[in-house]
Amino acid sequence: MLSELEKNEIGEVLAHALPGQDMSIDVLAIVQKHRGWISDEAVIDISACLGTTPSNVDSVASFYNLIYRKPVGDHVILLCDSISCWVMGYPTIRGHIEKRLGITFGRTTADNRFTLLPVACLGACDLGPAMMIGETLFTKLDEEKIDHILKEHGWQP
Amino acid sequence: MAAVITKPLTQHIRPDREPLDIKAYEYAGGYQAARKALAMSPLDVQKVVGDSGLRGRGGAGFPTGMKWSFVPMGPDAPRPKFLLANADEMEPGTFKDRLLLEGVPHLLIEGMLISAYAIQAEIAYVFLRREYYQSARVLLRAIAEAEQANYLGKNILGTPFSLELRLHQSAGRYICGEETGLINSLSGRRSTPRAKPPFPQFVGLLGKPTIVNNVESLCCIPGIMQYGPEWFKSLGLTKDAGTKLYGISGRALRTGLWELPMGTPLREILEDHAGGMQPGYTLRGLLPGGASTDFMLPEHLDTPMDFDAVQEAGSRLGTGTMILLDDHTCPVGFVHNLIQFFARESCGWCTPCREGLPWVEKILQAIETGCGESADLTVLEDHCRLLGPGYTYCPLAPGAMEPLQSALKYFKQDFVRHIEEKKCPWSQA
Ligand SMILES: Cc1cc2nc3c(=O)[nH]c(=O)nc-3n(C[C@H](O)[C@H](O)[C@H](O)COP(=O)(O)O)c2cc1C
Ligand code: SF4
Ligand code: FES
Repeated sequence: MLSELEKNEIGEVLAHALPGQDMSIDVLAIVQKHRGWISDEAVIDISACLGTTPSNVDSVASFYNLIYRKPVGDHVILLCDSISCWVMGYPTIRGHIEKRLGITFGRTTADNRFTLLPVACLGACDLGPAMMIGETLFTKLDEEKIDHILKEHGWQP
Repeated sequence: MAAVITKPLTQHIRPDREPLDIKAYEYAGGYQAARKALAMSPLDVQKVVGDSGLRGRGGAGFPTGMKWSFVPMGPDAPRPKFLLANADEMEPGTFKDRLLLEGVPHLLIEGMLISAYAIQAEIAYVFLRREYYQSARVLLRAIAEAEQANYLGKNILGTPFSLELRLHQSAGRYICGEETGLINSLSGRRSTPRAKPPFPQFVGLLGKPTIVNNVESLCCIPGIMQYGPEWFKSLGLTKDAGTKLYGISGRALRTGLWELPMGTPLREILEDHAGGMQPGYTLRGLLPGGASTDFMLPEHLDTPMDFDAVQEAGSRLGTGTMILLDDHTCPVGFVHNLIQFFARESCGWCTPCREGLPWVEKILQAIETGCGESADLTVLEDHCRLLGPGYTYCPLAPGAMEPLQSALKYFKQDFVRHIEEKKCPWSQA
C-alpha cells in the first residue's frame, strides 16, 4: 500500500505529466526515497497507481542503476570505480572500505547501516578518488579520510 | 567591450563556485543577450548561431546552427516543441558540465531561453544525472528566480513567447546521455536508443520536434547573441570557434578545468595550466576527450585541441576533458577499467554490444592477471572491427573500441609482455 505521503507526492508529479508521458521513473524515485528500495509489492502498487502492468514498471525499475530492487542499508556508499579515480588509487580505497565494513560490492553490513556499490564516474575526476553517501560528495579520498567519514556515519571500529 | 570578453563561460564563476543570484547575474550583464534575441525573429537568432560556427560540446561536434535548422518552423509545425539540455555527464573522465551547472546556472537558463526561442520550443528540460544533487539545488533556485523575473513562464518580458523549464533527475544509466536514449528516458521508458531517421528534430520527445544540446553548447549561446558571431569566431585560435572547457585528470601536478581558446595546443594545457606531470611520473599517453576517445601520445603534444586537428592525430576532441596515462599505470589495466564501464553500461538492446563487450572485458581481465594467450590479441582486434561503426545500433560500442584499438596499436608491447611473463609487469606481487 502506498502511504498518504507517497500518494500526495505522486499526485503532484502526475499532475505535471505531459500528455503521453509515463512518469514511472519519478514515481519510483519517490517511493524509494521513503522506503530505501523498491520491493515487488512496491512495483505492484506503483503499477496500479499508474494504470500499467507490474512488468512494465519492473522493466524500468530494473534498468536504472539508482533504483534499488533489493534492500539497502541506511547509507548507500557509491564509490566511483571509473578511470580517473582508478588511476588515482581507487583499488586501495575500495580495499580499505571493504576491510573496514567487512563487506564487498553489492552487500549490506549486518547492522544494516551501510551498503557498498560501485558507481560510474561522479564528475569529480580532478579530485579523485571520489565517492558519494546520500547526497554528499566526498573527494580526494585516502584511508584516514575514509575512516573519518565512516565514523561520522555511525561506523564503530 | 566585446573585445575584452575572453572567457564567456567562466567569467562569472567564483573560486568557491557559489553561484551568482539573478540580481548579481543581471548586474554583470546577464539576460541582456536574451532581451536582444527576443527582439529578433527566431530565424535570425538561428542564423546568428549558425554564423558563429559553434560546434556541439557534447562530444560529436555537430554544428549547432545546422542542427536547429532542421526543426519545423511556422504556424503548421507540430506542437509542443521541446528543447532538452543534456546534463547527463556520465562519460568517465568528464567533469566540465558540473562546473557550469553549479557555478553559473543563469548562464544555462539564459542559453536555453534563447535556444528555445530560436526553435520556438515551449517546453524545455534539463536532463540531469541524479548524482549531481548540488547542481539540482542550484538550478531549482535559479529557475525559481528566473520565473519570478519573467525570464521563464508566460509571455516572457512582454513578448508573445512562453517557455516552461523543468528539471528531470535521471535514475542513472550512461546510455541516457545518447540523445535518443535521453528522449526515451524522459518519456518514462528504458533509455535504449532509437533508430535514426526519423531524427529528433522531426520526431522526438512524445513524437514532437526536439533539440538536444549539451550544457556547454547552450552556455555558449548568450555570448554569441550579445557580442556576435565574429567575436565568437575570433575567440578560437584555429578555424574552430569559441572557447572550450578543457580538463585534465590523472597524475598531473594540477588537475582541473580551464576555459581556453578553442584550438589551444595540448602542450600548453598540460604544461602551463596543469603544471606538467607530478614529480616521478612520465606521460605515456592520454585520452583527449573522455573514455570513448582514442589514445594520443606524447608525440602529439603540439596538436591544437580543436575538432579537426585532434581527428588528424587519430582521435576525437570528444568532451575535451583529458585522462592521463602515466608510466606507473598499466595500460592493459587502464583499458580493462574502461571496457568494464562500457560493458556494464551497455543497454543490452543489440547483440554485438551486449555480448561482445563482456567478452572483451573478460579477455582483458585474463591478460591483466597473467592468464592471457597470444590468440587473445587477435580476438581483441577482431572485436575492434566487429563492435565498430556500422555493426551496432548506437555509438556506445564503437566508442568503447576507440581506446582499445589505439591501445593495441600504441601499447602492443605491453599486452605482449603480460602474456609472455604471465603477469602484470606493473603489479607488486
Ligand atoms: C553513449 C553516449 C553517451 C552520451 N552522453 C552524453 C552526455 O552525457 N552529455 C552530452 O551532452 N552528450 C552525450 N552524448 C552525445 C549526445 O548524443 C548528443 O550528441 C549531444 O548531447 C548533442 O549536444 P551538442 O550538439 O550540443 O553537442 C552521448 C552520446 C553517446 C553515444
Ligand atoms: S550499441 Fe550497446 S548501448 Fe548502443 S544500442 Fe546497442 S546494446 Fe545498446
Ligand atoms: S572517474 Fe571518478 S569521478 Fe570521474
